[in-house]
Amino acid sequence: MTSKPLKFADEQLKRSPFYERQVELNPRDAWSAWNGYKHANFYYDEQYEYFCIRNLCGTYDITAMQKYIVTGDDAESMLDRLVTRDMTKLRENRVTYVVWCTDAGRVIDDGTVFKLGPQKYMLTCGSPCIAWLRKACFGYNDVHVEDASDNIAALAFQGPTSCETLKEMGLSGIETLKPFGIMTFPFKDTELMVSRTGFTGDLGYELWVDAAHGLDLWDDLYAAGENYGIQPFGEGALNMARLEAGFIMPYMEFNEALKTVHFEHDQTPFELDLGWLVDFKKPRFNGRAALLAEKKRGPKYTLCKLDIEGNKPAEESEIYSDKGCTKKIGYVTSAMWSPVVKASIALAMIETKHMDGELFAEIYYSKELRSYSKVAKCTIKKKPFWAPARAKATPPGPY
Amino acid sequence: MKKYDAIIIGAGHNGLTNAAYLAKAGLDVLVVEKNDYIGGAAVSRELENGFTYSNCSYVCSMMRQTIHRDLDLTRHGLMIVPYVGGLYYGNGECGWSYANEEVDYNNLRARSPHDADAVSRFYADLARYAQLIRKTLLRTPPDPTSFKPRDIMELLFLVKEFWKLGEHEIYEYVRFFTMSAKDFLDDYFEDDLLKATLASSGIIGTALGVKSPGSAYILLHHVMGDVDGNVGAWGLARGGMGAISKSLASAATEYGAEIRTNAGVTEMVVKGDKATGVILENGEEISSNIVVSNLDAKRTFTKIVNKEDLPEGILKRAQNFKIRGSSGKVNIALSALPKFTGAPDNPFVNCAGQMFGANLKTMEKAYDAWKRGKWADELFIEAVIPSTWDPTVAPPGQHWMSNFIQYCPFELSDGPWTPEKRDAFGNTVIENIERYSPGFRDLIVHAEVRTPFEIENEVGLTEGNIFQGELTIDQLLFNRPFPGYGQYRMPIKNMYMCGSSTHPGGGVSSACGANAAREILRDLGKVNTVPEDDCYDE
Amino acid sequence: MKKYDAIIIGAGHNGITNAAYLAKAGLDVLVVEKNDYIGGGAVSRELHNGFTYSNCSYVCSMMRQAIIRDLDLPKHGMMVIPYPGALAMGENGEVFHSYSNDEVAYNHTRGVSPHDADGLMRLFADLSRYAQVIRKTLMRTPPDPTSFKPRDIKELLFLAKEFWKLGEREIYEYVRFFTMSAADFLDEYLENDLIKAYMAVSGIIGTALGVYSPGSAYILLHHVMGDVDGNLGAWGLARGGMGSISKALEGAAKEYGAEIRTGAPVEKIIVKKGKAVGVALENGEELMSNIVVSNLDAKRTFTKIMDRNDLPEGIYEKANNFKFRGSSGKVNIALSGLPKFKGAAENPFINRSSTYLIGSMKSMEKAYDCWKRGRWSDDPIVETVLPSPWDPTVAPPGQHWMSCFVQYCPAELADGPWTPEKRDAFGATVINKIERYAPGFKELILHTEIRTPHEIEQEVGLTEGNIFQGELTIDQLLFNRPFPGYAQYRMPVKNMYMCGSSTHPGGGVSSACGANAAREILMDLGKVNTVPEDDCYDD
Repeated sequence: MTSKPLKFADEQLKRSPFYERQVELNPRDAWSAWNGYKHANFYYDEQYEYFCIRNLCGTYDITAMQKYIVTGDDAESMLDRLVTRDMTKLRENRVTYVVWCTDAGRVIDDGTVFKLGPQKYMLTCGSPCIAWLRKACFGYNDVHVEDASDNIAALAFQGPTSCETLKEMGLSGIETLKPFGIMTFPFKDTELMVSRTGFTGDLGYELWVDAAHGLDLWDDLYAAGENYGIQPFGEGALNMARLEAGFIMPYMEFNEALKTVHFEHDQTPFELDLGWLVDFKKPRFNGRAALLAEKKRGPKYTLCKLDIEGNKPAEESEIYSDKGCTKKIGYVTSAMWSPVVKASIALAMIETKHMDGELFAEIYYSKELRSYSKVAKCTIKKKPFWAPARAKATPPGPY
Repeated sequence: MKKYDAIIIGAGHNGLTNAAYLAKAGLDVLVVEKNDYIGGAAVSRELENGFTYSNCSYVCSMMRQTIHRDLDLTRHGLMIVPYVGGLYYGNGECGWSYANEEVDYNNLRARSPHDADAVSRFYADLARYAQLIRKTLLRTPPDPTSFKPRDIMELLFLVKEFWKLGEHEIYEYVRFFTMSAKDFLDDYFEDDLLKATLASSGIIGTALGVKSPGSAYILLHHVMGDVDGNVGAWGLARGGMGAISKSLASAATEYGAEIRTNAGVTEMVVKGDKATGVILENGEEISSNIVVSNLDAKRTFTKIVNKEDLPEGILKRAQNFKIRGSSGKVNIALSALPKFTGAPDNPFVNCAGQMFGANLKTMEKAYDAWKRGKWADELFIEAVIPSTWDPTVAPPGQHWMSNFIQYCPFELSDGPWTPEKRDAFGNTVIENIERYSPGFRDLIVHAEVRTPFEIENEVGLTEGNIFQGELTIDQLLFNRPFPGYGQYRMPIKNMYMCGSSTHPGGGVSSACGANAAREILRDLGKVNTVPEDDCYDE
Repeated sequence: MKKYDAIIIGAGHNGITNAAYLAKAGLDVLVVEKNDYIGGGAVSRELHNGFTYSNCSYVCSMMRQAIIRDLDLPKHGMMVIPYPGALAMGENGEVFHSYSNDEVAYNHTRGVSPHDADGLMRLFADLSRYAQVIRKTLMRTPPDPTSFKPRDIKELLFLAKEFWKLGEREIYEYVRFFTMSAADFLDEYLENDLIKAYMAVSGIIGTALGVYSPGSAYILLHHVMGDVDGNLGAWGLARGGMGSISKALEGAAKEYGAEIRTGAPVEKIIVKKGKAVGVALENGEELMSNIVVSNLDAKRTFTKIMDRNDLPEGIYEKANNFKFRGSSGKVNIALSGLPKFKGAAENPFINRSSTYLIGSMKSMEKAYDCWKRGRWSDDPIVETVLPSPWDPTVAPPGQHWMSCFVQYCPAELADGPWTPEKRDAFGATVINKIERYAPGFKELILHTEIRTPHEIEQEVGLTEGNIFQGELTIDQLLFNRPFPGYAQYRMPVKNMYMCGSSTHPGGGVSSACGANAAREILMDLGKVNTVPEDDCYDD
């Protein structure tokens, strides 16, 4: 039987190199989209996949993440000028987390920079940034930016049994890889790059290979992980894990400055509690003057991690300085019930001057079509909600 | 003899809106219209059996939601159906866009990854600029020379909104007002087809080219509308643009307003220093306490007001009011749906807005031809086939196609417009389309060709300018129509204007008519019935 | 000689919870445990190389969230992973899949019985409504209905108010529900025998009731009133086995300063002048304390480690008559590979969690009849769980351990006492049943631990091996648990308390008994309460 060709087939979302395997594992057609790629919300069950990150291991397709290869004599200078962190300190085969800002010091995006060689870097980020990177190249003689987003297949591979699985796969010495380190391994007729990075706050790696070898990578990894509970996870589970780790998400915690209509609706690194990423020892970088002023003045808001009494997720709650909810001093950006921490947790923008005072969240929830609200006390947590020792230990130790 | 509280001259959408709000406030209102149908340029006409043309304006985006809701226009028959995509041709290429973001991203990325990224920054910036303008649409512009508390308050409001842009953006904004569409777009994009497509919004209806300073603002004017809050979205009115006028007329009549068609005004009667009524073409004189002109500023002051009644200088200003016609319209009844070369086989995309000749070079050339009093061989055409979406405007299986043409001169260098020249213009348009759709000509059942000449003569828009006067900074906000007369009150007592020659300008928005009603009611000491805020941008 | 503020007898989960809260309030607390490991019935033990068995309780749902959070048990290593579904298998090869995903569950059930696909939704709504009232009482001390103390009257009013929230019609249903059999109750909702049987299992697990016995409907409710992360009726696996819960509680208790001594079986509670003053260990050592808390069941407490002469009239008899009746067995098996159940979906999410080898309503009742006659059935109800595919810490990679809970298994056999041979015969019956449902199963077996009620009583200390420390029948619940007049954790001897599952709200790894007892103790000592009172989960 021949099936009729799909209408408007050219308008289908792009498929990642792993799609053939992913589709077999997504019986519930739980797809959304990311940067034009068909991207899973979940595969079998969001909660199950979340526990794979915390209990076993799972893969998250980051092919749709934007990947830019920056090369040339001026690559380091260009990147150093672009981001707020000192790029001259980044050693080869190391990765660093960065943000880059507009002249006004507002965050355009966050991402990671990989130093792949003396004059070769890879910048990754969640949204397309090529137009801004081209602008950033103006005035440098020898810097070239290649958009390799579609050419590199990438999997985040996260969870307590991830290291064991990679060992099982034959990546010898992987247990010696330190957080934010890079190792490469021969793979088929090409090379597999492994970085000890991730967005879950747990032990984990990211695997990078050319798109043509995507399926090979998937198959080898899943064969090795069979007895370690390997399972793909979607955006739902990732979003839970990243919130427990205290990581920020675009359009949850921050708006990309270049795409923000209202000038008060984007954020500075200080507001996002990322002041530690801003290195004023550097003589110049985009947004420096504005950020210096912001640092002196102190940010109006600061992103805080909240532990909230009760079990109702404080989604879209307002934060008040009094139990009577008369003085609004902030708003929740992301919230959830954490199944591993067993607490109602949230990230929230709190007016910096009120951070030391009492905090209350007004939480709305509904039960059987009836709407209820309650006021819950909030406590600011300094550390991530979830930070197992294995995430930082080298070797990671037993799972 | 009956004396009305108010007579409104011209049953275009702004006139009807004005009448509705005055009648709602309890006034005894009469609208007089020269044609035997209402609507002005927001009109639906059956010129060929079974085909209903929106023969002037053809798409809707600027209509104020607040007015739609306040006058309950839905109950009076109005429905706006938004586009889900668009198609554009230029330089031998065919491109298209989707309302769906992810699909649109992939589609654009295939053309240019750089522009696929930049487009989000572009729309964010436009939205930021539009936000400020949108807030002013349903407000009377302040008089910057006045010390009245109200003017000062309004000025402060504007300044406050302005500061909301953020320091950095204020500079950008000021710069933006004086930029050309092309320069503005060059800041964002590298793909010529995309640039040309977006630039078209900067020239539609104007006497500017894509490289002329000021065209960037026109671009904004075309994306500041919305459909259901989606800023920049455009849609089709079910039943054609006349449905808007009809629903407004229905609302006005329900409030007690009277509408007389076939009642062209030859003169506004002024006694002492006050407007007291109008004289119709048939000689009939109708009296009223106030007179509101929905005609454009030039027509109002040079055609129906005696120059003796005018204070010094106004006539001069009216004569110099920039109102250069630059657009043509060809409405075509088709026996079947045309096929466009290279277009995707997607009816959602290729039946919505279509642009032919989206090419910065040919667009500029067409502008040059216009300046020399000619039309170019290669024209910029914005087409749409409403019948694929709207079952009421063509017989089943047949279609009507609206073609808006930029540029078409009001005055030809080789003498006045003649039916032959008009048809030659129409022929050029059809030839242009034929290039993108071989066999197109064979589908034609009927065609109506409208040059600025026809538009002036039928609709009454001076020089056929669709905006009732150019939308350049010197003719906007408190400068529209003239400095000192930005608040709808005219130099003769009890005389007002309510058409697109006033703030906020052209486009089927109903805002001018509503704002004018608010000022009239204030002068009469009546309770205001006109909504002031759109609340859609909060 | 050192004198403790409190000695708690038995390091089961309730004992440790009690210790944690007393220590949190600043008391000097000692827990004494007869075994050389802690946990009682919530325990993880490596009995075969590389395999960690949860050799008593094996799944988690009733553990109170308020306690988990209050004692920060995740910090001490506790993690509960919910099931995404379960399997039930009938005697003729029928298979019913229970999915946590609503739409998938509906479609599947509809494929079996459209009637029941609809009926199940009504069943769960009704169960949830009933559970709501019970759940509110879990973390509260039951009022004494004969008392006129303001606190008791307040609590009674609270109960009455919650009860009235059901609505008039539902109150009648509710009262009726308490005395119904699971079968009668389910007949009102379901028609398919296997689905009914699957639901009815919850009504008999751990009890001496059959699916047709009055009162089994409430047991069903008892098993669905727990939750995982607020999902009522959901069950989950504790990472590292059920012992990880006890270990996490131990971590919390120790952080607050409590001491725990293992290998310290108690011989007697020492009573002087009508007051409990300490305990004598079997090794002769005497430990003194201001109060003594027994986490043992009511019968063991009053008939084994107390002198009858120290007790007021009638208590010994009451304890002796307390209904236990062990009815469950447990077989823990180490496997070299994953077993394959006939007819089970090729779905690792479903066929690796709970698999109920049921048979039918009839075979379930038959198994009960056998138990009444002091035998085990050839066709017992077996609930198998495979924690290892979910929990990488409990078996070597690629190998698995399987927990088999068996209903029914008598505490006393008709043909004389349990012997190792009889125990092994019981185990063989279970394994044979599994083999019928999963051919080739036997070849995968690496090691087996078989536990009849006899072993459970001997090792864990649960009288007659009753997993609930006493039957959950209405005469032994709420203010009647363990005995009328003694439901508020204070026992007839001064300074003596009980904190185990023999007290309200009863069995299950909930920590609620231990926490509630701590609250009462602190009240008597005039200390500030450290125990959360409300779960806030049902608002």
